Order: sequence, then C-alpha cells, then structure tokens
Amino acid sequence: MDPGPPQRDPIPADVRGDLRLLRASNVLGRFLVVILLTYVGLLAVTFFIGRVIPIDPVLAIVGDRAPEHVVARVREELGLNKPLWEQFYIYVSKVLQGDFGTSVLTSNPVMQDIRRAFPATFELATLGIVIGAGIGVPLGVWAAVRRGGVVDQVVRVMGLIGYSIPIFWLGLMALVVFYARLGWVAGPGRIDVVYEYTLVSVTGLLLLDTARAGEWQAFANAMSHLILPASLLGYFSLAYISRMTRSFMLNELAQEYVVAARAKGLSETRIIWRHALRNAMVPLVTVIALSYGGLLEGSVLTETVFAWPGLGLYLTNSLQNADMNAVLGATIVVGSIFIGLNLLADLLYQTLDPRTRAIKRAR
Amino acid sequence: MKHFLMTRRLLGAAVLSALLAALTFIPVQAATPKDTLVVVFAFDDIITMDPAEAFEISAGEIMGNTYDRLVRFDVSDPSKLYGDVANGWTVSPDGKTFSFDLKPGLKFASGNALTAEDVVFSLQRAVLLDKTPAFILTQFGFSKSNVKDRIKQTGPLTLTIETDKSFAPSFVLNCLTANVAAIVDKKLVLSKEQNNDLGYGWLKTSYAGSGPLKLREWRANEIVALERNDNYYGEKAKLARVIYRHVKEAATQRLLLEKADADVARNLTPQDLAALAGNKDIKTTSTPKGTVYYFSLNQKNPTLAKAEVREAFKWLVDYAAIGDTLIKNIGVVHQNFLPVGLLGASTENPYKLDVDKAKALLAKAGVPNGFKVTVDMRTVQPVQGITEAFQQTAKRAGIDVEILPGDGKQTLTKYRARTHDIYIGQWGADYWDPHTNADTFARNPDNADDAKSKPLAWRNSWVIPELTKKADAAVLERDAAKRKAMYEEMQADFRKNSPFVMLYQQTEVAAMRSDVEGLKLGPTSDSTYMFKVSKK
Repeated sequence: MDPGPPQRDPIPADVRGDLRLLRASNVLGRFLVVILLTYVGLLAVTFFIGRVIPIDPVLAIVGDRAPEHVVARVREELGLNKPLWEQFYIYVSKVLQGDFGTSVLTSNPVMQDIRRAFPATFELATLGIVIGAGIGVPLGVWAAVRRGGVVDQVVRVMGLIGYSIPIFWLGLMALVVFYARLGWVAGPGRIDVVYEYTLVSVTGLLLLDTARAGEWQAFANAMSHLILPASLLGYFSLAYISRMTRSFMLNELAQEYVVAARAKGLSETRIIWRHALRNAMVPLVTVIALSYGGLLEGSVLTETVFAWPGLGLYLTNSLQNADMNAVLGATIVVGSIFIGLNLLADLLYQTLDPRTRAIKRAR
Repeated sequence: MKHFLMTRRLLGAAVLSALLAALTFIPVQAATPKDTLVVVFAFDDIITMDPAEAFEISAGEIMGNTYDRLVRFDVSDPSKLYGDVANGWTVSPDGKTFSFDLKPGLKFASGNALTAEDVVFSLQRAVLLDKTPAFILTQFGFSKSNVKDRIKQTGPLTLTIETDKSFAPSFVLNCLTANVAAIVDKKLVLSKEQNNDLGYGWLKTSYAGSGPLKLREWRANEIVALERNDNYYGEKAKLARVIYRHVKEAATQRLLLEKADADVARNLTPQDLAALAGNKDIKTTSTPKGTVYYFSLNQKNPTLAKAEVREAFKWLVDYAAIGDTLIKNIGVVHQNFLPVGLLGASTENPYKLDVDKAKALLAKAGVPNGFKVTVDMRTVQPVQGITEAFQQTAKRAGIDVEILPGDGKQTLTKYRARTHDIYIGQWGADYWDPHTNADTFARNPDNADDAKSKPLAWRNSWVIPELTKKADAAVLERDAAKRKAMYEEMQADFRKNSPFVMLYQQTEVAAMRSDVEGLKLGPTSDSTYMFKVSKK
C-alpha cells in the first residue's frame, strides 16, 4: 500500500503564529528591497542619461553670452568637474537628507516647484481618469455584449480616433469649438486673472481651495477651465480603457460559469454586471491604475495647448535645459506615483479576487 | 434586451451629466479687468529677477519696467539719451571720468530713499557678483579689486565713474542704460544678505527697485505680476496691474486674444498675424529689434574656409522669397552685422539668389561639383523653414546640405564647442551700442581653443587680427561722425569676406485688443514700457 506523502509534524499553534509573522515581515522586507532598488535604478538611469545628453547644463544658467571665466566658475560650483560617480554619490547623499537641490531655471527648491506643479496635474489627471473610466468601462462592456454590432463598431472607431489623432491638434480644435466659438467653457490657464490674487492657496488644488473658502464663483471658474483639458485626457484614456474592457469582457462571457448562470435563469443584466464585469474588473484595475499613472506624469502636449502649469511641462522644460536637479526630483515623484499605484492595484486585485493566486496558477 | 436598455440608460445618464456639467459652468464672458493689462507671453527663459544677473529677453522687459537706472534712451530715437534718476552728467576732458548728480527726493518702492549710495552700491554689486551681464560694466576696466575706487560716491546725490581708457562717451552711457546698471535698494538688499552674498540669493526671486511698476510675484512658467509703484518719481503707471501669463503656444495666445481674455499677445506667428488682419477688434504694433539672424560657416572646415566658397554661400540664399513668406511681418532682409537703429548700421543688401555666380565661385575654389555639408538647426520657425529653403537652393549649385535638427540648447552646445559645419543662429544686441555686435561678429582676439573670450568670430574660427584692431579703435573714437564711418567700413569688409551669411533683422510684433493704447515695443527687450499703456 502506498504510504502517501510523508506526514509532517503538526505545528503547534503559537509557533504557527510566529511563522506567519515571519512570513509577513519577509514579504514586507522583500517589498521594501524592491522599492529601494527601483528608486536607486531610477535615479542612476536618470542621472547618467542627464549627464550624457549633449546639452551643457551650465548654458541654462549663465546663458549664451557669459564670459569664459563665469562659465568655468559655475561649472565648478555645480560640481561638474568632479568624476561622474562622485557627482552621483553627492547627489544621492543629499537626497537621503531630503535635499533635492534647487532648480536653476526657477531659482526655487525643486520640491517647492513640484508642490506647485503637481496639484495642477493631479486635478487634471483625476478628473480625466474619472471621465475615462466612468465612460470607458460601460462602453467597453456594451461593445463586448453587442460584439460585431453597430455599437461595437462605433466604439472601435472612437477608440481608433483616440489613438491616432494627435492630442495637440484635438486640443486646439476643442478650444476653437467649445471656448472660442460656443463659449461653453473658459479658455486656457487654470483660472481667470480676476481670481488670481483673491485666492489663498492651501492645497494647490484650485477646486478644493475655492470650495474650502466658499468662493463658489471662483470654483465654477476653475471647473470651467478644467473641464475641457480633463475631457480631452479622459477621451484618450477612454479609448484605451474601453478597448481593454471589451476584450476582458469577451473573455469572461465565454467562460463556463456564464453558461451555468444563464442555465440557472439569471437575468442577462445580472450576469453581465454582477458576474462577468466583476471578474473582468480584476485585470481592468491594473489598466486603469496605469492609465491614471500616465496622466499623473503630466501630459506635455495638453499642458502646452491649455497653458496648464503642470508637471509634464515642468519636466520637459527642465530636461531641455539640462536642469538636472529638477529632472531628477520630478522623476522621483513620477516613480513614486507609479510604485504607489502599482501597490494600490495589487491591493485592489486581492480585494476583488481573494483567489488571485489560485487563478494565476491555473492559468 | 433588458441589459441593452440598462446600458443605454447608463450611457444616457453619463452623456447627460457631462452635458449638464458643461452647461453649468458656462463662464461669465467678462473681458479682462479695466485696470489690469493681461499680456500672454512665452517667458520660460526667465531664470532670475536680479538685475545683476538677468540677461534673458523676457526678464529684460520686466527689469525695464520695474527698475530705474542712471540714464535711459529715448524709445522713439535710441540715439538720444536722457537722465532717469540722473539729473545730469559731465565727462572730464580726458574722457575717463563721468560725474552724475541725481534727482532729489527719490524713493524706492519700499519707501527707502534713493541716493548716490544706492547707485554706487548697485554698480559695484554687479561687478562683485560677476554674473553673465557683468561684462557690460567690466569692459570699462572695473574688477572686483578696483571697483570700489573706480565707482565712488562724492556726495549724498553725486557720484563719479572712472573708466580705464577714454572710450566714446556714448558707448559708456549706452552701457549704463542696460539692466545690469539698474539701481537696487541697498538697505533692503543688504537686510536679506546671507553669507556675504550681497542679497543675491534673495533677489533672484524678489524685488528691490524704484521703477514705475513693481514686481509683485514671479511664478516661473506661469505668471509675472506687476503693480503700479506709487512711490515712482515720474508720471505714475496708467494701469494698476500688468499681468504676464506664460502661454507657450502661439495658437493658444491667439485664441485668448480673440476672446478678449488677453489684452496683448506677444508671440504670434506670421500665419496668426495674417489671420487677425481682418479682425477690427485687434490691432498690431511692430518695431525692428536689435536681433539679426545668420548662417555661419565654421572655418575649421577646410572647404568652408575658402574665400570663394564663403562668398558662394551668400549667393545661394533666396532672400526675396524668404522675406516675402517665411519672415513676412516678423523680419526684414538685412545683410549686415549691425541691426538698423544702431549707430552706423548699413542698409546695403548686395546679395540675392544667383546660382550661376555661386557655381562659378565654387569652380574657382576647386569644388565645381559641390560637396557635402551639415547644418545644425533649432527646430523652431522661421529658422527651420529658412534652413529647408536654403537646402533646396544650395542643391542647385551641387552642394548637398544635410540638416541636423536639435533643441536650442543642444545645437548651441555644439556651436560653442566649434564642432559644427554650418550653424543657423541669431544674435541680439546686449546693450544699445554698435560695439555689442562688433564685439562678437568682428573681433577675435585669440583663436585658441582655451581663449578667454569666445565671440561668434571665435566660434567659427575666423581669424581676423585687422578687423579686431578696427573694432577696438571704434570704441575709443570720441568723434561720433568718425565712429560711425568706422563701423560702416567694418561692415563693408564683413559683408564681402566674413563666413557669416547674414539673413534678416527681426521685427517684433505685438497684437492687442483695440482698446489698448500707448503700447510701443522698444528696440531692446528692456525698453518695452508697459507702464505707458492704458485701456479705453
């Protein structure tokens, strides 16, 4: 008779608890190491790329007209004469002390600049993803359900347009139509000049600041400035999200549990929204989180067209001038956003589907 | 079917709520406030608000409006100087000592009195800090060690400035109109001093002046807010506020202007300007600027160093076509290194497109079948269009031009390292005197790689001992008529022999709402005076 697999000694309860704790701290430790490595890698890559791009960082500070001795002095002040590894070491040790340096373009500490630029992008991206996911997911579901039908085709074309039309052009056209011709929304910029000096900035988020102060006119004005660029970003993420939703949904609708549910006589609505979509939501969360991350990086072109002083413009402008402190600072922020969102997606993943691991193994 | 109805209902709700959101927030269509001028302007070049350091075009305009100086030039006739805080001045017989007396009772925006002590401090400070524009002052022989003896206070309202050579008085005074000679509030600046930095760390983002407008706030790449300075000695600014909004994209600037959300738009393209021409609510004003555009041929390239090849290139540009299309309204063909408006500037434009002449010259140079060459080009208009047009015309003479596009700072880095073949560039006058351009186009005192000064002639490795001597002599010539003749002679030589193919002089255009009055663009960036502007 086959004795079967050797039986392990039963583990006493208190030891089991300790083991669980050990495993948890192990997971946490591994997680922290991964994050740390990600940051170091991010910094190193950005730093060294920044040093090999064919732009002289001194030029951004002293300009084209500076006499040679001024150029040489500033080069030394910036530490650019030191070996690359030493420059990197100095930078990283300063960052560890919380000093991200000063931007040469704005003369401000980098973190102060980012504290100003990021809320502008945050407002735009958040409203954008709400629009993108809020409309994109139902559209995708609809397209999947009516696969090959008119709706599916319309959604497909909308998605294609979203992918292929340059956002720059579409932004300008949207401004021409909704701002210049129809006058439905306010124009470029975050708020009208009239409100510029009546507001106290607390969070940097205009909607929040105006609402806190009870300045509803200013709130409406800020919203009116926000709605168009946010819709535009929303549309672009919608294009992607609806395509992904459609394909996840098709996958789910072909599963046996759907047939079983139908056989049980469940209503089609219930099957689609309560069963299929719920399962499709698992991978969809990652898609939405990454789209959101992409928007939070700041969309340079949208920000340019809409004169929106956000993170994308800040980063691009800094890069073009080899303002490396600013570039590195912004990169760390963007990196943190992605790490944070990935983590959030993982957590949601597990909340939505407790059997995540089992499914992974089965696939 | 039910699910379909359900989704349709959902979608309907989504569309409806989006529409409602849009409708709820219809903005009140108000023009800009009556007492505020809103200017849309691409000012991402500003990196500092300290006049001892500010040297960028947009920063220049802010300095011109917010800081006073000893003397200014008349915007309508830049050859005329008038005292700003100076009541008057005299020049010693040997031409080396300039004595100024100041207007009495002057005050800074802070309320502090403005005296000779502040003027002396400001000029000394610029020399001691030794930032980029300091050379405008140090060319008179000031150094960190001697400036305290050379620039001296002689009374509460009097001071003297002593130069090391007897320069043309107009040259010295013209340099004193520059931003670097702006007067800062000594008491205020020193109260913010840290580690003996003469208040540099603080003034980078702050304000300590006495001009007709005062700086309220600079948020990089976002806003510059100026307010009327009620302590100003002269006629007070007509408007309470001037707000510059950073709008990079020309098409966006145009929309804001058309919708009256901006009063003035500063960076429109020729296409935008043409489209606005029929709009009766919008008018334009323009002024020739001190900026010239050119192609330059690196003389380190042996082919480009041949005299005939240099000349051939001058016949291979279709100036007329470029003038009629690419730079229409924003520039005028100009083939000299001195922009019109500066003393002695020539208006002779002998070159036109003549492929046969160019071919003959190339044959004479021993390259009858042409050659291959690269051009480093910034990807901005009209530079890009001009370079592409040049590529076509050069091809007709057998020259194969490869365009290397790049970002501004990137092409400039290469240019400064002298590793280009051909570069398309621009040069704006640093101060309103012909020496500013002669100094860079027609002087190359040392062509070594580690030279102390690296003017444009150096960047193209153009060795010109004779021309350098002439340029040096011209700044010392105290007779204005003779000085003028010297610059004319240098330009004639330059037109014929230089490795610079001069293209055009920039015209700056501003478009504004019809109710804006009194806006005149100055020939330099620091002479566009917003404090003179009013609204009907």
